[in-house]
Amino acid sequence: MKEKQTLYKYLLRMGDDSLILGQRLSELCGHGPILEEDIALTNISLDLIGQATLLLEYAGELAPEKKTNDELAYLRIEKEYVNALLVEQPNGHFGDTIMRQFLFDAYRKPLLEKLLDSSDKRLAGIAEKALKETKYHLRHSSEWVIRLGDGTEESHNKIQNSLESLLRYAHELFFENEVDELLIAQGIVPSAKSIFPIWEKTLHAVFEEATLSLPKNNWKFQGGREGRHSEHMGYLLAEMQYMQRTYPNMEW
Amino acid sequence: MMDVDIQDLEKKFQDKIDQDIKIEPNDWMPDAYRKTLIRQISQHAHSEVVGMLPEGNWITRAPNLRRKAVLLAKVQDEAGHGLYLYSAAETLGADREQTIDDLHSGKAKYSSIFNYPTLSWADMGAIGWLVDGAAIMNQVPLCRCSYGPYARAMIRVCKEESFHQRQGFEIMTKLASGTAEQKEMAQDALNRFWWPALMMFGPIDSDSSHTEQSMRWKIKRHTNDELRQMFVDVTVPQAESIGLTVPDQDIKWNKSKEGYDYGPIDWDEFWQVVGGNGPCNKERVDARRKAKEDGKWVVEAAMAFADKRNAKKTA
Amino acid sequence: MSKSKGWPLWEVFIRSKQGLNHKHVGSLRASDATMAIKNARDVYTRRAEGISIWVVPSNNITASDPNNEDSLFEPSQSKVYRHPTFYDVPDGISHM
Repeated sequence: MKEKQTLYKYLLRMGDDSLILGQRLSELCGHGPILEEDIALTNISLDLIGQATLLLEYAGELAPEKKTNDELAYLRIEKEYVNALLVEQPNGHFGDTIMRQFLFDAYRKPLLEKLLDSSDKRLAGIAEKALKETKYHLRHSSEWVIRLGDGTEESHNKIQNSLESLLRYAHELFFENEVDELLIAQGIVPSAKSIFPIWEKTLHAVFEEATLSLPKNNWKFQGGREGRHSEHMGYLLAEMQYMQRTYPNMEW
Repeated sequence: MMDVDIQDLEKKFQDKIDQDIKIEPNDWMPDAYRKTLIRQISQHAHSEVVGMLPEGNWITRAPNLRRKAVLLAKVQDEAGHGLYLYSAAETLGADREQTIDDLHSGKAKYSSIFNYPTLSWADMGAIGWLVDGAAIMNQVPLCRCSYGPYARAMIRVCKEESFHQRQGFEIMTKLASGTAEQKEMAQDALNRFWWPALMMFGPIDSDSSHTEQSMRWKIKRHTNDELRQMFVDVTVPQAESIGLTVPDQDIKWNKSKEGYDYGPIDWDEFWQVVGGNGPCNKERVDARRKAKEDGKWVVEAAMAFADKRNAKKTA
Repeated sequence: MSKSKGWPLWEVFIRSKQGLNHKHVGSLRASDATMAIKNARDVYTRRAEGISIWVVPSNNITASDPNNEDSLFEPSQSKVYRHPTFYDVPDGISHM
């Protein structure tokens, strides 16, 4: 019973990361910098919404009171969402969007790789599907970080600024508490600590090629994993939940 | 070239068309044929791309995860279709960015239906059902168009669009069989989109300037009015089947023509919207222009990066 | 290749399944070959239409001139003896 509740909490984190980042990217559909890239970003958004659908479906089955994935996605209050602050940050300019994506993908990929060995078969199955998508996302975002970093002076400065501002949110991805402890002990999830060096290595390699330098400011924002969000979150939810809140209990 | 030569080439060209032999990019073609195609294909491409906006308006507010994913996939398809079409226009020598700049400067047109606002979730249903339905009527004959790259692009588009209309009709069906509020939402969307959808087929035949020549070149296979009639005939029973009413008191089955009669279309409204006075003309073009302007530094950066790498390789 | 500000045009070829040729499907814009492959994947294989992609800069393609069509292709039309149907096979013989 305790284990179920704990896995529920963990699945919410993963599901919310996918959902909120997918929602953010979906805002860009029709507004991308060039048609080909518009299509690419929408693909990533679609993958993330798909992942959220599977993760929240599983979470809903383990919830204290059973819930559907739509109920979890649309009908919680703000402090019940446990996505990292990073993914709720606004799209900003293309460099911000790409940097946010890169910092996330570089964490998500090794996480999913390790989840392939999860003692929870269903979670391992979801990870397997998501990993194929995420490998592509990471390639896409890395290539763009490098292009922008080593492109023009303007693009270099822009993406360097994106890094300065967004890196402060990224460390929260490695948040751990008693939820992790219990699940790690059971072999269900990897420890975030084991992912951190892989993430760092990816960052170093990509930033070197991109001629970007790691910010001196090493401030680490926290709160998302515990339901304390940035001001942006309320607006995002107001928009996403609009239909479900305005027309409760209807089918669409 | 001598006039006689041109006449000879034109005759050979028309013979090919009459025998249903496709024209390919490097083949000789009359200037006017090329110009007509560039105009039509790029208008079509612009319509796909501008058409992303009214539906894109509801992606972030889609009522559940399934609907959100479907709508995203659909709007993304439209970007893809725009791309296929720009790529067909490029085979005629129309540079894509130049073509796009013509849209942004107001020189090039696109389907005026996208200048109407999307005010409720039901509009996603109405657009899929009516607008994509009308588009399919227009597009299916274009799969046999005399210009090879355009015909091939249209085959791809039509294949992919078959799900678009269905998802729209599914949304409408669900709403029409839902609560009173939902049904009203659906009826309201039908009321607002019905007439603009009929206008999508263009002016009545006697006022359509391009039809005759385009039919001779097999760029067009049916007249505007023929297509409009086909659309009315399939759509009216669909509306009835889900309990919605087409907002036209003159709709009546006409036994002798085996089709529905329908009321007069407000062509003043049509020309006003084409001329720039639709509710969202400015917003739509502004949004596209902004996307390009905001993306300019990205496009330049990628190019500068590619040049640097190429220089390294050859050094 | 980058004299204009925009990205160059690439022609895209897709192998839809193992055992078939790559087939031309259309074109797209990309700043470099890596991006062209990725864009081709997103633009032309959204419905699992392919398992392999080729991209070629459009300006690297040399095409035959349609004005020479007669001299290029018609001579082969008269060589009917290149086709098996040109030959008589006596009745009763199958599998040849």
